Order: sequence, then C-alpha cells, then structure tokens
Amino acid sequence: MSETKKFLYVNRKAPYGTIYALEALEVVLIGAAFEQDVSLAFLDDGVYQITKGQDTKDLGMKNFSPTYKALGDYDVNKIYVEQESLDARGLTLDDLLPLTWEDEDDDWAEKDSIKVISATEMAKIMEQSDVVFSF
Amino acid sequence: MSQLHTVNKSPLERNALESAITHAVKGNALLMIEDGVYGAMQGTHKSAMVSDAMSDIAFYVMGPDLKARGIDEARIIDGIKIVDYSGFVALVAEYDVTQSWL
Repeated sequence: MSETKKFLYVNRKAPYGTIYALEALEVVLIGAAFEQDVSLAFLDDGVYQITKGQDTKDLGMKNFSPTYKALGDYDVNKIYVEQESLDARGLTLDDLLPLTWEDEDDDWAEKDSIKVISATEMAKIMEQSDVVFSF
Repeated sequence: MSQLHTVNKSPLERNALESAITHAVKGNALLMIEDGVYGAMQGTHKSAMVSDAMSDIAFYVMGPDLKARGIDEARIIDGIKIVDYSGFVALVAEYDVTQSWL
C-alpha cells in the first residue's frame, strides 16, 4: 500500500464553451480508482459547472452535469466552492446541484459534499495539497 | 454600416463583452452566444455594464445556450431579447456586417 497523497482538482472554466470541465470530470473519475485523498475546488467560472437545471438537448451536446452527483459514490466528497466567485456571478448555494455522499462510519447518513469557503480558505486548501491538477 | 457584434466568451473570464460594448456604436446590435450568455444574467459584477449600454445597443441572447447552462429566462437582464437559431440567422441578415468578439 503506497502512501496516500492529497489530490486537488482545480476547476476554473465554464462548461460547454470549452472542453476543460468535461475533461476534469473524467480525470477525477479515473483518479477515484486510486484511493487517494481527493478534493475538488470550484472557483471563478468553474462554479458554473455545478449549477442546477442544465439542459443541452438543443445544442446536441452531452449534459454531463448529472455525473457530478455520482462523485459521492466514488468517495469524492470534499467539494469546495469559493464564495467570492459565486457573489461575482449573482449565484448562491441554492443555485448549485445538491451534491451528497453517504458516510459509512455514521450509519450511511447522507451528508452534503459542498462547502462554500472564502478565497483565503481556498488558498489554504491549495497550499496543503500534495498534487494539484488545473483545469 | 450597421453592425451585429457577437460575443462568445464569459464576461467574468475575458474582456470580449466589455470591448464589444466599448466599440459598438448607437444603432448596433450585440448577440451573446455560447459562454457569452453569462453576460445576460442579472446580479453579476458585469450586469450594470450591459444595462448601461442598452440605450444605444440592442442586446440579444441565444436561448439554447442559456438552457444548456441552466440559466432561467427569469434571471435575464430586462430588455435583452432571447433568440433561437433562426433568430440568429435573421439578425445576421438584418445587419450589414457581423463582427465576432472572440
């Protein structure tokens, strides 16, 4: 068993206009198989990735937003969203997908994965990471 | 020549919308498409810039791009008209020149 490292995936792009968001999600899901300590950060336009109500059928593109709801099943349950980024875009926690996970150490209680934090707190999470993937 | 300006970048990541508004003149139109549709939302740090420009410029936004991004029509800045793909074509036909702000 190798040493567990703290992985941080930094998401800063809006979905659909570029491929970054979808690529990040795919890398997170692949990485989840390696049983590392994974955190996701959503800041700047990245907060748009996890907004509710996305419907891409008129674009002929895949709507990948439901996939974020599966992250909890892969033990990816530390999802940090930056408050300042939400504020700049007129968004609140209510506009985001309800991302949850089930805690096996607490009788499978359903818990929220999203934590809204300040830019200062986000900086600390970045500082404490062993590996950072940027998208 | 009367111009249609199209903007396809998020105004919170790039300055394409800001630059398009700065360079558009009275009687021009501006159509937000792709990630540009975030510029049509109320309550963002860029909303006032759009509202202020409305006296001179006619603003349009692509409905299918709003829908893809989960932006409810109720949250669009008052005065911006929502168009579909045929509306996009009609705008291109109506104006003499189309300029894309990328």
